[in-house]
Amino acid sequence: MLDVRDVTVRFGETTVLDRAAISVGEATITGLLGPSGSGKSTLLRVIAGIVTPDAGRVVIDGVDVTEVPTHRRSVGMVFQDEQLFPHLDVGANVAFGLRMAGVGSAEREDAVAGLLGLVGLDGFARRTVDRLSGGEAKRVALARSLAPRPRVLLLDEPLTGLDRALRDRLADEIETALRATSTTAVWVTHDADEADRVTDRVVHLGDL
Amino acid sequence: MKRLPSITTAVTTAVAVAVALVAVSACSGDEPDTITLLAYESFPSEPDGPIALALDEFTEQTGIEVEVVISGDTGTMLSKAALTAGNPEADVMWGVDNTFLSRAISTGVFEPYEAVELDAIPAEFTSLVPNAEATPVDFGDVCVNYDISALVNDDVEPPTTLADLTLPQFAGKLVVENPATSSPGLAFLLATIAQFGEEGWEQYWQQLRANDVEVVSGWSDAYYSEFSGSGGDRPLVVSYGSSPPFEVIYAEPPLTEAASGVVESSCYRQVEFAGILSGTDAPDGARALIDFLVSERFQREVALNLFVFPVNPAVELDQAFVDFATIPDSPITIDPILIDANRTEWIERWNAAVLR
Amino acid sequence: MDRALERRRAPLNGLPRWFVAAVAVPPAAFLLLFYVWPFVTLLARGLGGADVAATLSRSDTWRILWFTTWQATASTALTIVIGLAPTWAVSRFDFAFRRVFVSTLTAVFVLPTVVVGAAFLAVLPDALDRSIWAILGAHVAFNLAVVVRTVGSAWERLPSDLDHAAAALGAGPFTTFRLITLPLLRSSISASAAIVFLFTFTSFGVIRVLGTAGRPTIEVEVWRRATQLGDIGGAATLTILQLLALGGLVAWTTVQQRRHAIAIRGEAPRRRPRPVGRQIAHVTGAVGVTTLIVAAPLLALVERSLRSGDGYSLAAWRSLGNNEIRPGLRLGVDPLGALQRSATTAVWATLFAMVIGATAVVAISALGRTGKVLDAGLMLPLGTSAITIGFGMLITFDTPPVDWRAEWWLVPIGHALVATPFVVRSALSVVRTIPADRAAAAATLGASPVRAWANTTLPALRRPFAAAAGLAAAISLGEFGATSFLTRSGSDTLPIAIERLLGRTGRLFQAQAFALSTILAVATIGIVLLVDRGGDRARRS
Repeated sequence: MLDVRDVTVRFGETTVLDRAAISVGEATITGLLGPSGSGKSTLLRVIAGIVTPDAGRVVIDGVDVTEVPTHRRSVGMVFQDEQLFPHLDVGANVAFGLRMAGVGSAEREDAVAGLLGLVGLDGFARRTVDRLSGGEAKRVALARSLAPRPRVLLLDEPLTGLDRALRDRLADEIETALRATSTTAVWVTHDADEADRVTDRVVHLGDL
Repeated sequence: MKRLPSITTAVTTAVAVAVALVAVSACSGDEPDTITLLAYESFPSEPDGPIALALDEFTEQTGIEVEVVISGDTGTMLSKAALTAGNPEADVMWGVDNTFLSRAISTGVFEPYEAVELDAIPAEFTSLVPNAEATPVDFGDVCVNYDISALVNDDVEPPTTLADLTLPQFAGKLVVENPATSSPGLAFLLATIAQFGEEGWEQYWQQLRANDVEVVSGWSDAYYSEFSGSGGDRPLVVSYGSSPPFEVIYAEPPLTEAASGVVESSCYRQVEFAGILSGTDAPDGARALIDFLVSERFQREVALNLFVFPVNPAVELDQAFVDFATIPDSPITIDPILIDANRTEWIERWNAAVLR
Repeated sequence: MDRALERRRAPLNGLPRWFVAAVAVPPAAFLLLFYVWPFVTLLARGLGGADVAATLSRSDTWRILWFTTWQATASTALTIVIGLAPTWAVSRFDFAFRRVFVSTLTAVFVLPTVVVGAAFLAVLPDALDRSIWAILGAHVAFNLAVVVRTVGSAWERLPSDLDHAAAALGAGPFTTFRLITLPLLRSSISASAAIVFLFTFTSFGVIRVLGTAGRPTIEVEVWRRATQLGDIGGAATLTILQLLALGGLVAWTTVQQRRHAIAIRGEAPRRRPRPVGRQIAHVTGAVGVTTLIVAAPLLALVERSLRSGDGYSLAAWRSLGNNEIRPGLRLGVDPLGALQRSATTAVWATLFAMVIGATAVVAISALGRTGKVLDAGLMLPLGTSAITIGFGMLITFDTPPVDWRAEWWLVPIGHALVATPFVVRSALSVVRTIPADRAAAAATLGASPVRAWANTTLPALRRPFAAAAGLAAAISLGEFGATSFLTRSGSDTLPIAIERLLGRTGRLFQAQAFALSTILAVATIGIVLLVDRGGDRARRS
């Protein structure tokens, strides 16, 4: 359902991605593994449309989206450092994508409550985001990305900065949430254990 | 990496430069036997002109140098003098006229002095300053002037009254001075107030405004830049009854007929004064200069250089001046007391009627 | 025991008290004598007598207040709206001439108001010359740097991934700007709006050059009343009215700032990306249009200085020493003399500002709470309009033994009052970054406190002082408001000479004014670029 074909990205003189290709099936979780600097994040950003490739195509559901801007791709993304909107509360952060999709406010509120329940944050809707713990912030970011039901969800090292025990627990919870919503996901990590634990298939970036 | 000069070097350099500059500027001024004459901007200040030559004679007689400093228009010059009263910018001021005189006296700008030859000056002038706060030096009439050939070209008869100026054929043709800053400007405003009365003058000015009157800040701007007689494009200007002889005498090639005419019924009598600025540090020199300014020697330069009439009756006027200057039989005047009481309010109301 | 504690509390590792006291006296005395006293005199004059009632009952007063307010509001709004595009470009991207671009905007901000006014007079067609559009244009060009610098420093700390997060959730660029960027920039935008409003509300030079006599700001009306009508009391009352309006504004923005403060934790990126794809066009557009707004008027200055008759010539430049209206009749403006006088004044003003500023910095950093009072006090002239400063000094120093109206140093002192805050600010920010340990380390090596201070703090102050001196000179060269009151006939500074020449209708005079403006602009821009580059070097090293 997601096809990345021969994507090349150069930053000045350095070639970050050289004819990278990857194919991801419907409702699967694909792990993207590689050392730092191997271009994992860049590949995610190409899929999301944040970085324009110098060559190659990105195809989602058979449609070439290489020229389509991010906000029309229906691609969700969980950033390494969450990027929650600091001026909005938790509920408004989660509801943001729904608001963009034109969902009515009553419906939004129900959806937000459901998503917060899914990520184990019942009753957090009115909290301000700068009061959240590291783990809570990750969950809010996940809930926010799932809300508009993206065709592909991209997770960019979603568990960095947490301690080991929390990482394992959160990894399982995220997997559960992704499976519960049948979301197609690409999960970038540099941790082989983490990749093995939650993904259906692991792709090493060197292998592309 | 190139380094910025160190702070010590910078300060040392700055001090050195400053001291040098001050030393240079100090060399040029402030000897005790120099006095400064402050004058409005249409006062001739060329180094070799007749006025300067006359002042040189004063220096020869008394050993006192005179430096002429040109200030702004009369109103600005006087306000500055009021703000600096007691510690003046100069020793003697030339050119406060009867429209501004009361303000100068009430703000204590002048130190009273009776000139040696004061008795020779007609009482109609000296009576304006009973306490001798200032000394009358010249008089003239502020009148609307017109450029004869420009009006002929437009096939328009010259105006004969103030009211004529609002007629459509004079639309866009008149330039006046701002009464807040210029003494002929104020004199012309007073003329219109005398003519149309307390009730009617604002309406008259609104009509002038509708007729596209132009307002500039001073006489030299009006006369030398806007008046068609000197290259501008407005054939009507508020100037002096003695302006036409100027055009005749200084024309190249010489003229035998005046190029400009005067609307006699618009004339407002203006008397100009010189005075010793209070707080001067050279009071003796200042008194000597006042004496000199009303003496026959200086007064005979007044007509052909300032284009006003000397107050000293001993002066014989140039024939061209006599032939072409207008001295109206009954110029408009307003009681100085009335002017003093209303000047600020009139100017404000004029501002509201004309500039806004 | 107590004394030991006391000593420990003194920062800068205990500079001796006599030293600190000796150093605190000059700035404190300077402030009290030349700022506080004239200010109080002005207040007393404005509040006394019938002037308050007379001023408040004049319908003119309210009309002028209204015009002042609305032109300032319009100028502020326009500056923000136009300024956001270049701010976006410089805070998000790296591009050729980015640094030069920002420095140029800063230089324009430091340009003398009279020169900016002259520049807009030069660039606009005659029909717009004395219109509100000219005033707004000059205000915008002048204050763009405030927006670009203030909002820019907040914007570059906003992670660009925040935009990407919004985009991934389906928000288009404009929606992202409206719902994410704008709310997060809100407090920096209102801060810069307050500054721009302050500057345009008290606009004097620009209005003197570009306004009409019938449409003054409060600032211009104060000047007109005092120097043309001789109405000192009324002018002083208007000054107080202006102070009240500004005080209200400051209070309101402080409350607003507090209410809308959102902590942004990000830091400015080490490297900004180069624009790609469509961004190239947008960045080029934003930077290009802004450059046009700022640079076109300045180029027009040069062009108009070469146009004194038909066609181009150097006539105006050649005749700078001479301004005869007609043979024998002179204007009383001496451009070359003004040039020399401005240079001398700038040197002295810089010197005064440096001495006062340097002693103040030492005193402030050594004095704790008293130091804070001195610091705040020295900042006051910055928030006070130039007119207030000059007018206050003129009516205070007019009676013996303090009749100083004719003293040559009065004008440079007035300039120094305006320039000192810059010296203090730039030096203090450096002093505060010097770790106290460094002085302590020197002390443990046996250096006396004064010696330790001389060895650790003083060298670090070299650069900020050099930069501040440049800025002080630039401020003095262009100062117009206070000078309009303090200058005396026959001793005009450059900005005064420019304004007087511009007020004349002759083309040669206009061209001479533009030539002098060009000289002043080049000098100011040169100084600012030099200071800015010096600052960069210091940061990099």
